[in-house]
Amino acid sequence: MTTSALPSRIGFPPSLVNYRFDAAYDEMFSAPAEPREHYQSLHRTLLGLPPEELRKSQQAADLTFLHEGITFTVYGSKEGTERIFPNDLIPRIIPAGEWTKIEKGLTQRLTALNLFLRDIYHEGRILREGIVPRELIYSCRHFRREMRGLNVPRDIYVSVCGTDLVRTPDGNFAVLEDNLRVPSGVSYMLANRKVLKRVFPKMFRDYGVWPIDHYPQALLATMRSLTPENCAHAQDPVTVLLTPGVSNSAYFEHTFLAQQMGIELVEGRDLLVHDNVVYMRTTAGPRRVDVIYRRVDDDFLDPLCFRPDSILGVPGLFNAYRTGSVSLANAIGTGVADDKAVYAYVPEIIRFYLKEDAILPNVPTYLLTDDAQRQHVLEHLEELVVKAVGESGGYGMLIGPHSTKQQREEFRARILAEPRNYIAQPTLALSCAPCLIDGEVESRHIDLRPYILMGEKVTLVPGGLTRVALRKGSLVVNSSQGGGSKDTWVLRAGNGDDRVAQVADDVRKGIVERKLA
Amino acid sequence: MRPPRSYFVRTFRRDAGMLSRVAESLYWMSRYLERAKHTARLVDVELQLWLDQSPEAGAGRWRFLLEALRMPAGPGAVDSTGLLNSLVFSRTNASSIVSCIAAARENLRHVREQCSTGMWEHLNRLYLEVMEARPEEGWLLKSHSFFHTVQGGEQLFQGITDGTMSHGEGWQFIQLGRYVERTDTLAALLGTQFSRVAQPVDQAVESAEYLEWVGLLRACVAFEAYCKAYTAEIRPLRVAEFLLLNPDFPHSVRFSVDRINAALHIIGDLTERREKLPTRIAGRLRAQLSFSQIEEVMAEGPHAYMENVRNECAQLHTAIHQMYFDYSIEAEMAS
Repeated sequence: MTTSALPSRIGFPPSLVNYRFDAAYDEMFSAPAEPREHYQSLHRTLLGLPPEELRKSQQAADLTFLHEGITFTVYGSKEGTERIFPNDLIPRIIPAGEWTKIEKGLTQRLTALNLFLRDIYHEGRILREGIVPRELIYSCRHFRREMRGLNVPRDIYVSVCGTDLVRTPDGNFAVLEDNLRVPSGVSYMLANRKVLKRVFPKMFRDYGVWPIDHYPQALLATMRSLTPENCAHAQDPVTVLLTPGVSNSAYFEHTFLAQQMGIELVEGRDLLVHDNVVYMRTTAGPRRVDVIYRRVDDDFLDPLCFRPDSILGVPGLFNAYRTGSVSLANAIGTGVADDKAVYAYVPEIIRFYLKEDAILPNVPTYLLTDDAQRQHVLEHLEELVVKAVGESGGYGMLIGPHSTKQQREEFRARILAEPRNYIAQPTLALSCAPCLIDGEVESRHIDLRPYILMGEKVTLVPGGLTRVALRKGSLVVNSSQGGGSKDTWVLRAGNGDDRVAQVADDVRKGIVERKLA
Repeated sequence: MRPPRSYFVRTFRRDAGMLSRVAESLYWMSRYLERAKHTARLVDVELQLWLDQSPEAGAGRWRFLLEALRMPAGPGAVDSTGLLNSLVFSRTNASSIVSCIAAARENLRHVREQCSTGMWEHLNRLYLEVMEARPEEGWLLKSHSFFHTVQGGEQLFQGITDGTMSHGEGWQFIQLGRYVERTDTLAALLGTQFSRVAQPVDQAVESAEYLEWVGLLRACVAFEAYCKAYTAEIRPLRVAEFLLLNPDFPHSVRFSVDRINAALHIIGDLTERREKLPTRIAGRLRAQLSFSQIEEVMAEGPHAYMENVRNECAQLHTAIHQMYFDYSIEAEMAS
C-alpha cells in the first residue's frame, strides 16, 4: 500500500498535517490538497478552525451523547456494558447525482428481494428454473419452513431494510451486504444530525442538505400500511414496537423510535395471546394489538414455535400471525435473503424478477461450496475476507491481511468442516473520509448504510448512517468492533446555490417517494 | 378542583389504560427517588445535629436514625463511618442513597420512551454525579454539598417532570409512587420520634430537646413553614400536629394521603376502574386523617397511630400492585 503525507509547507494548517492517502478512494480530495467540488466549503471551514476549537466542539458533542444516554451495549465485555456511540463531527457529503443513483439502485434491489422472498415461500419459480440452487435455500439457517404458503400483507416481507454500501477505489458504490432482518442504527443517524446542526449551523444551512427528520413518521406509515384486513379500527390500528429489553445492544434505538412514533414499546412479557389474538397488558385490562414492529430475532419470537428456551418472545404469537389477526414487520424468515451466500445471487435475482440489470453492483464473492472457488480461497486466505453467512455486526469474520497464522488455520479448519457456512470476498479498500482524531483531521475508512422503507410506497430518507473504522488503518466499521459514525449530508440539486431547484425540492417536502411499479 | 375530564372532547381517541409494566416502573422510579431524597435529608440533618451535641450522645442517635429510616440496626455497637457508608454509598444496601438513585434510573431507563427527554437527561446526569462520589478521607466535611445535590436533583427532576410530561396516567402513577413513599417514610419517622417521646407536650422546650424537635422539622423541610404557622416557639405537640395533620404542607402525612387519593381517583377514571380496592383503602386512610384531632391521636397513643398508618399504606401498595400491575389474565378476559 502506498502511503504519502501531505506536503507540510509553511502556513499549512496544523490540523491536516497527518492526513494520509492510500489506495482507497478519498471522499474529500481528488488529489493531495485538491478537495472535490462538494467538499470545498467544508475544507475551507476546517482550515479556518483552530484545532482547539474542533477539540472543544467534539467534547461538547460527546457530552451531549452521554447525557442523552445515546449508548449501545457491547456483548462479551465485562467492564460497563453501556458505551456511548463514538460520533465523528466532520460530516460525510454526498452530492445529489450520486444519491439519485443510490436511491434507484436500492429501490430496485429491495423490490426484487421482496419478490424473491414471496417466491421461495410460495411457488419457488426461481428454484425450479435453477437460477438459485435449491439446496442453497433449504440449507440456510434462516429459512423458515413454517412460512411456506403463508400470505403476508401486501406481499411485503421486508418493510425496513438497511443496506451496507461501500465505495470501491474506482469511486463507484457497491453493495456489501443487505440487512433484511432487524437492521439497526437509524437512531444514530438522527442523533448525529441533531448534534451536527448544533455544531455547524451556518455550514449546514449554506450547503443545502436534505432533511431526514421525518424518518419516524415514514416508519409509522410503513407499519400502518400492514394493518390486518379485518382490523376493527383500521384508521387507528394499535401498533407496538417489540423489544428484547434493556440489555439488547440497540435498546436505546428501540425507545427512541417508539417515542418518536408515539407508539408503545413492549417487551415479550407485556404481550399475551388469547384465542389467536394478541393483547398487551395495560392498567385498564388487556388491549388488542394489530401491528408489531418487532426488533426481536425470529429465533426468539415464539417459544412454542421457534427456540423453546426463549423468554423474550410471546407464546402463541406465530399462530396468531398465521391467522392474520396481527401483522409483523419484518416478516418471519427474511434472513434467507440476506444470507451471505444467497447475496452472491442477488444480481441474478434482480434480472429474474425485474428483467433489469442491477444498478448497484455486488462485491465479488466466492462461494465455498464450489470446489474450485474453495480451493482458490484456501490458497489465498491472507488476501481475502472470510465471513460466516448468517452472522452480522462484524462477528465471525476473518480479515486476511490483518490476521495471524493461527487465525487463518482456525478458519481453514472451519471452512473445510462447513463450507456452506462461509463465503470469501476480496479485501476491499473502503473509501476514506476526513475524521477528527484528537483535534486533528485524519483519514479513516468508512461505509454507508441507508435505510429503505417499503409500505404503500418506497421511502428512502436522504442520508443514512456513515460508519467509521476509528482505529487507524482498520477496515471494520461495526460499532461492536470499535467503529463510530458520522452525519451524512445528501445535497439538494445544485449544491444549494440553485434557488429554483431548492424551491422545487421544498415542494417535495423532503420526502423521496416513488410508487412501486 | 379540576373540571371533569369529559368536558375535554378529543378529536382523536386512544384507548384507556397504559402498559402495566410501564406504570409499575414509573411508580417505582418515583418511590426510589423520594426515598433517596428523604434519606439524604435525614442524614444531613442528623450530621448537623451531631455537631451541636455532647460527644457521649453519639451512638444512641445512630440507632434512632436507622429506625427512622426503616432499617432497624441489629444488636451491638453501631460504627458511624460504616453506617454512613451503608446509608450513602453501599450497593449491597438496596436503600442507600446511591442504590436508590441507581434503581430510579434503571426503572426510568426501562420506560424511557414514556418520559420526556429532559427527564431522562436530568436523572441520568444526577446518577452520573452521584456515582462519582467516593467515601474518601474528609468526605464528611463536604457531605453537605452531596446531600444538597441529591435533594436539589430530585426537586429539579420533579419540576422537569411536571413541566414537560403530559399530566396523564403515567404522571399520575409518578405522583402515586411519590406520595405512597412519602406517607410511609413520614409515618416511620414520626413513629420513631413518638417511641422516644410518648407524649409530646404543649409547651416550649429548650436545649437538647429543642434541637431534637427542630431537627425533626428540618428533616421534613418544615421548619420555616412551621414558624409561619405557629411562630418560632417550638412546642412538640404543635410540631406533631403540623407534620401529621396539616392539610397544606407538602411534607405532612395528611397532605400526602390527600395526593394519593387524588391520583387514584384520576387513575380510576382513566382506566375505568373506579370503586376498586385501592381507592377504598386510600379513602379510609384519608377520612381518618381528615377528621382526627391531635389530642385524640395522643390519647389513642401516637406510636400505635403511626403504626396503623404504615399498615394501611402497605395494604394500599399491595392493592395497587394487584389491581394495576399484576392481575390475572383469566379473570380479566372473563369480565
